[in-house]
Amino acid sequence: MKKYIVTRTATMFGVLLITLLITILLVGSNMDTILKQGIVFQVRSEIIENPSIAESFSSVKDFEAFIQDQTDQRIKHLGLDKPWYSPQRIGLTMYKIILLDFGQATFLTSDSGSSDVKDIIFEKLPKTILLFTSATIIISVIGIFVGALAATKVGSIIDRITSSFAIISSSFPVWWIGMLMIFLFAFTYQIFPARATPDIPASSPEYLGALLYHMTLPLITIVMIGFGSWAYLVRNFMVGIMQEDFIIAKKTMGINQSKITYTHALKNAAPPIITILALSLSGSLGGAIITEAVFDWPGMGRLYFEAITVMDLPVIIGATYILTVFFLVSIFIADLLYGYFDPRIRSSTGE
Amino acid sequence: MSNVTPQEIKKEFLKSRMGVAGIVILTILISISIITMIIIPIETFQEWNNPESWITYPKTAIPIWVNLFLTEKIPEHKILVEPNIQSISNNEINLTSYQFNLNFNYDQFPKDFIYSYLLEYSGSPLLQMSVIRPDGVRLELVSTSLPYSNLKIIHNDRIFSTDIMIKKELGLQAEKFEFEIDRLSVEDIIFSKTELNKPLKGNYVFFIDFYEINKESKIIDSKLIIGGKAFGIMGTDELRRDLAIGLLWGTPLALFIGLVVSIGSVVIGLVYGIYAGFKGKKTDETMMRFNDIIYALPALPFLIILSVTISNSIFVMTGFLMIFGWVGIAKVARSMSLQIKTRGYVEAATIMGQRDSKMILKHILPQLLPYAFASIAISVPAAITTEAGLSFLGLGDPSFPTWGQILHDANTFGAASRGLWWWIVPPGIMIAITGLAFVFIGNALDSIINPKLKR
Repeated sequence: MKKYIVTRTATMFGVLLITLLITILLVGSNMDTILKQGIVFQVRSEIIENPSIAESFSSVKDFEAFIQDQTDQRIKHLGLDKPWYSPQRIGLTMYKIILLDFGQATFLTSDSGSSDVKDIIFEKLPKTILLFTSATIIISVIGIFVGALAATKVGSIIDRITSSFAIISSSFPVWWIGMLMIFLFAFTYQIFPARATPDIPASSPEYLGALLYHMTLPLITIVMIGFGSWAYLVRNFMVGIMQEDFIIAKKTMGINQSKITYTHALKNAAPPIITILALSLSGSLGGAIITEAVFDWPGMGRLYFEAITVMDLPVIIGATYILTVFFLVSIFIADLLYGYFDPRIRSSTGE
Repeated sequence: MSNVTPQEIKKEFLKSRMGVAGIVILTILISISIITMIIIPIETFQEWNNPESWITYPKTAIPIWVNLFLTEKIPEHKILVEPNIQSISNNEINLTSYQFNLNFNYDQFPKDFIYSYLLEYSGSPLLQMSVIRPDGVRLELVSTSLPYSNLKIIHNDRIFSTDIMIKKELGLQAEKFEFEIDRLSVEDIIFSKTELNKPLKGNYVFFIDFYEINKESKIIDSKLIIGGKAFGIMGTDELRRDLAIGLLWGTPLALFIGLVVSIGSVVIGLVYGIYAGFKGKKTDETMMRFNDIIYALPALPFLIILSVTISNSIFVMTGFLMIFGWVGIAKVARSMSLQIKTRGYVEAATIMGQRDSKMILKHILPQLLPYAFASIAISVPAAITTEAGLSFLGLGDPSFPTWGQILHDANTFGAASRGLWWWIVPPGIMIAITGLAFVFIGNALDSIINPKLKR
């Protein structure tokens, strides 16, 4: 088991580094230009704040040369004189990012006004986790219950409704249902707010209540679209298990049907279900980008979307990194759980 | 893995109601695509983002069929072309009269009207515009002379209902109405009953008369646009575009994206997986590690970064979608080929010294084909929704009217908050229907290949 964990951890870390490298390679050249412009801007603004420097020059030419010189010095000092694809610079950037030092955002700020990317991300992250974790938990509870119910009565009306609902709901994009929900429940019947961002400041005591109230519409939407496919999945696992010999044996022994379903069969279906639960938690974070953009939910997804719209590269890199970390951690947990429940996997990779 | 022959699959498939339904929907969609490509000239679709080409259409007009369900009829937007032409010559004066018939049967006033014309003339003809209403009242609207010209010139102009000339002319005829007309807009007067300010239904005739002395003018093009609030089968959007055209053109685009991405991913996945499984040992190990890496990349953030930094062309995007699509299929294909490899006849063939390529093509690939077809069908909806999602975020190819693009525009102009349901509902339903067709086909195939699920 130990060896298994170690190899998986190493693989995951390797994947994380590769993801980071790809991200940096993709946005690197733009990032470089932005950093250099930032330095020029910094030099000029320092001179404006300090008029005595400008007065000490006799000609414009000298003055421009001075600015150029200052800029070059700083660029050299920060190691930006090498091309952005040089191994040293990429290495340094990656090292900083791994230690969660994402630098300063170009345009975006956190609600408290900080432009440190780390502050911005850690302000948004809890809200995304709040929305999507609660959604996933509700989805899985409803899904397991409905799925198990359908599995006991294969071919019945409940089973058919579950299966067709799962199939139909999976072809609708969540964000489109979101638009419809806003249209219906925020404008036609004004029950819920259209924008999911509470307008009262985060410090006030009613904030949590307002946040939960604003969360209702996105939550309902995600659950509505999500639980069908869960129920279908659980149903399929359960149907498989109900055909196993030991269940049939229990049936012939005369143990009652619902006890078999909810204790014996569900227990055996648990490993794959838990594994998928771990995976879908992370998957929902990726899908958050569009859903949050529709509902204007103040989380990571909307931050990502805003960062893309204004090309705020430090935020993009930071958010991608954090999303990847979450994704990998949940894959890792899913892997471990799977290995824990199913010893065959463990031994085959352990060799 | 069960062994089913193609004939059996076909027989079973035709028995499954879901599969047949899927095929029927798909056939309809394909026919829509073909009809679209034949009937709608390709120019309209290239002109999608050119506001100039939509200028005569109304803004955010509701679909006309809505009127069927309403007791208060919403005025339709009408573009009247081909007027009746009458020419009268009296001594030196030539009169050319253009008449537009308008059947107005709505319970609201029209939004506005525009007369646009292209006239070839010399001298300085006199233009008069008037209307005879269903109650027989004749209203003079415009009386103006066109700019003088010695030579023959082509004059292009528009008369808008907001024109101050019309208002002045109507002010002189105020005694025809029993109520105060000063504060009303021009169309609210023209289309109103005389006793109270309510729309007057019936047949209106608009006259545009050109008077000239000794000369004759020639109208090249003339249009009377009665601005309404309902237009077309699908309505129009904020940029005056006919949504029916966007929705129709979206069909072949969605099918193209869905099919190309899923076929591409499945082929890559199959080849990769089979090769890894067949070779085994070190090759298998390395290939599967690489597979793990791609699997662990968060797809949507990466697609976004790729589309922003490299290109958002629809063809490049299909390539990007393939990068993330093949991974799962490769895993399954590998484990399947591992199983098949151990079967007796494959081992026998190995001993007989058959070449690798022949072994894969002849013994392993055919076994995996049913699975491949099912995966193609099942992965189409994901490709379509992902592309639609990217377009919705504004990262798609703006030169193509995909369904996601239409929804993106709808969201930008706040369609949900303004109650413009005809802009939001149809594109989503089209996405869902297309997805469903493939899910139906995929599920039907899947339950034939894995009979265990069917019970």
